[in-house]
Amino acid sequence: MPETKTPVLETRKLGITFGGLKAVQDFNIQIYQGELMGLIGPNGAGKTTVFNMLTGVYVPTEGTVILNGVPLNGRKTHQFVEAGVARTFQNIRLFKEMSVIDNVKAAFTKDVKYNMLDATFRTPNFWKAEREMTKKALELLTIFHLEDKAELLSANLPYGQQRKLEIARALATNMKVLLLDEPAAGMNEQETDDPTETAELLECINTIRDRFGIAILLIEHDMSLVMNVCERILVIDYGQTIAAGLPEEIAQNPKVIAAYLGE
Amino acid sequence: MKRSTTAKGYLLNTVVLAVAFIAFLALQNVMGKSGGFKLILAPCLWQCCYLIVLAASLNLVLGFLGQLSLGHCGFMAIGAYTAALLSLACERAGLYDDKSSPVFILILFGCILLAGILAALVGLLVGIPALRLKGDYLAIITLGFGMIIVNIINNLPFCGQDGLAQGSASASLYKNGLGFGTSSKVTFLWFALLVTLICLTMMFMFIRSKYGRAIKAIRDDEIAASASGINTSFYKVFTFAYSAFFAGVAGALYACANATLSTSSFAFANGGILNSTFVVVMVVLGGMGSLTGSGAAAVIMFFVNYQIKNGTWVALLPAAVQSIFAYPMLVYAIILIIVIMFRPKGIFGTYEFSLINLSRDIKLHHTRKAGEKAERKGVETHA
Amino acid sequence: MSTFIQTLIVGLRLGSIYALIALGYTMVYGIIRLINFAHGDFIMVGGYTMIFTIPLILAAGLPAWLSVIFAIAVCALVGMGTELIAYRPVRKKGTGMTALITAIAMSLFLENLAQAIPAIGPNPKVASQIFSAGGISIAGVTMEWATVLTIVVGAAVMVVLYQFTQRTRIGRAMRCVSEDKEAATLMGINVNRTIVLTFAIGSGLSAIAALMYMAQYPKVYTTMGTLLGLKAFVAAVLGGIGIIPGAMPGGLVIGLVESFTTSYVSSSMADTFVFLILIVVLILKPAGILGKNVGEKV
Repeated sequence: MPETKTPVLETRKLGITFGGLKAVQDFNIQIYQGELMGLIGPNGAGKTTVFNMLTGVYVPTEGTVILNGVPLNGRKTHQFVEAGVARTFQNIRLFKEMSVIDNVKAAFTKDVKYNMLDATFRTPNFWKAEREMTKKALELLTIFHLEDKAELLSANLPYGQQRKLEIARALATNMKVLLLDEPAAGMNEQETDDPTETAELLECINTIRDRFGIAILLIEHDMSLVMNVCERILVIDYGQTIAAGLPEEIAQNPKVIAAYLGE
Repeated sequence: MKRSTTAKGYLLNTVVLAVAFIAFLALQNVMGKSGGFKLILAPCLWQCCYLIVLAASLNLVLGFLGQLSLGHCGFMAIGAYTAALLSLACERAGLYDDKSSPVFILILFGCILLAGILAALVGLLVGIPALRLKGDYLAIITLGFGMIIVNIINNLPFCGQDGLAQGSASASLYKNGLGFGTSSKVTFLWFALLVTLICLTMMFMFIRSKYGRAIKAIRDDEIAASASGINTSFYKVFTFAYSAFFAGVAGALYACANATLSTSSFAFANGGILNSTFVVVMVVLGGMGSLTGSGAAAVIMFFVNYQIKNGTWVALLPAAVQSIFAYPMLVYAIILIIVIMFRPKGIFGTYEFSLINLSRDIKLHHTRKAGEKAERKGVETHA
Repeated sequence: MSTFIQTLIVGLRLGSIYALIALGYTMVYGIIRLINFAHGDFIMVGGYTMIFTIPLILAAGLPAWLSVIFAIAVCALVGMGTELIAYRPVRKKGTGMTALITAIAMSLFLENLAQAIPAIGPNPKVASQIFSAGGISIAGVTMEWATVLTIVVGAAVMVVLYQFTQRTRIGRAMRCVSEDKEAATLMGINVNRTIVLTFAIGSGLSAIAALMYMAQYPKVYTTMGTLLGLKAFVAAVLGGIGIIPGAMPGGLVIGLVESFTTSYVSSSMADTFVFLILIVVLILKPAGILGKNVGEKV
């Protein structure tokens, strides 16, 4: 449940129009610290478009994105990240030619405090910062059980672990809000009682939330994951919000059922 | 990389390099008397030096940042002319009389440094607008800028016969304050090697730091890099300017090795080794993403160029083949095509030479090759 | 006043040639999204072909310009060959970067090969007059028939090409491939064959451009392709790369800029100004005059 009354991330009448097509309209969301929220809707509803607006990839044609009371409109993506919003991608975007640990270290770049002089002359400042970075990167990898694969080329990881690496990389940006775009896509469904990739992922997401106290917004198609893990859910269809509330309410909402099953 | 290994590695490298340098100085004193060394080997080593710096500098942008820049020779030209002009000015101002005083070495160092800095500044000016584009467009625009830069230098009024407003306007041939004669080239060979070493070290330090990681991330996926908090515009422009700095230094070294400068040597259509395409060939051949590769490829390409131009065996070839060698650019184009089609990674791929890890790397290489061989055999027996 | 008219006419002459070359460039880029650096060199190939075939044609009693038929055939073959041997394998295995480098390498290869072959050789060759001399007179300055013809041919080719891509099945196939290769394959289009055909047409066009070039500038040399190709590329970008109707206005503007810079500023700065246009266009409106912006899907 929300710990404070001011949302960490909120949008007011957020919308975007692509050459006459209103992809997203009047999108309003409030996410509170420590909350795990879900954003669901049928394919093409505009979920990733919302994410792109929340991270500066798209510039909204209307409305505002507000992080901790500060409006973020018009900034570039890396400035959104500096402000505290990080995301993963629907199609995994790893740095394929870099090692697992370098993928995570790359995300530390904005916080590493040394300059060209330090790097060129290898000052103690440089070594200290690099050691810190390695330590923190390994800590993050350990959460996802990837620490023994640190030096491997990230392209050589199996799919499920690549997903986890992407999340670990996003965590490295020290964000306040984490946007996960279909993290369970392509993973093995739960068939037996043995822990599967999806269950592991669930566990990771919960661990992250508890350990880092951040807010998480999740886009997902896997209903069981969403219902099990999200505290609140927002449903959009054709770019408009059709329902918002607790999982139980959403599951029984006739508009939601109609949107998914069609009429 | 564990701290102890890195520290040991640095120590080992420093010791080995120091020993090699001292050995070289000692040898040079002896060999400097030999005509062969003076006339052939020393100029060759000079050429290798600036080619190595040039190739490595382009690799920063092409291999590590992943952007194709075709205007690199513009920066080299800026470096060459700046160094030559400055040294000429110093000479005329009476700051040095002959090229052996210790003051001269200071001036030399200063000229080269300023040449690099000016090239870097121009790199900054070019990079800021140009790096908003990607791929094909960036290639063409850097090509355009390269041509514009050389064109502008060509039209500068003080690039006359005697330089510095003492000659006729817009002549491109240029009297060089630096241009070392044969014996000076020998005496100052240590300088060229030292500068090359310093440049390579600086570039290596750049790559093995947050800067290197940031640009490799941009190369692999710019959108994801942005989403990881990396200010892509900043790192792209910074790397471009940094690479231009070293191109300028390479140009300054080139100016040392030649008595006169001519803008036509830097032109894109020129078949010589100073055009931007030759540098691309070096980088691709050596491996985009390996400074070691750039160094090795520079030496290889230098050797190829030398043999084509001066090899005694060329006269023994049939006339048809000989006519091919009259156009070395044809050979380079063929090399480039072959490398891109059959081994796009180049000789070294992304491998960096490391003394301390040498035995480990060799073993790794063998195990990998054996593994691939076994895999192929396995596939064949199962098929 | 007469300087102005003269400069204008020279500009139209240059621009019409750039427009013709740009048509081929823009068409190929529209399909495979790769700048064919070798396009300018195809013109050189066409030019030399005609140098060798014009005497034969004349000896047969036919008008000199019929030699363009040989040039079209040779250029089309060279273009298809380049695509099959160099571009396609790299496109399959490599990245955008390697494809680009291959294009540059092919361009250099063609230029230097031509220089190395003794029959073609490094020295320029001069062609005999292709069209009759004389022309129309404007305010006391003569505009050659060849220039008029170039503009007419350019406009005609543009119209034909545009109709071809809009109305015929093959043309539609080309447009499909340019939009989405995978979808085109799913629709039953043979993508590889379409691309080869595109190269054949584009390179054939460069032969026509070579003809009109030679009609006005009878000197042919091995490196003529580089600068021509680069400036035509600027023209294609200015008009909107991949957009056929854009090549004409783009080419004419570039020709006029070059001519006026040569007359009123200095001849050595002409190329610089052309490139400056490229830089300004790519930074302010990369889609060109007639183009639309398409971003990357995240």
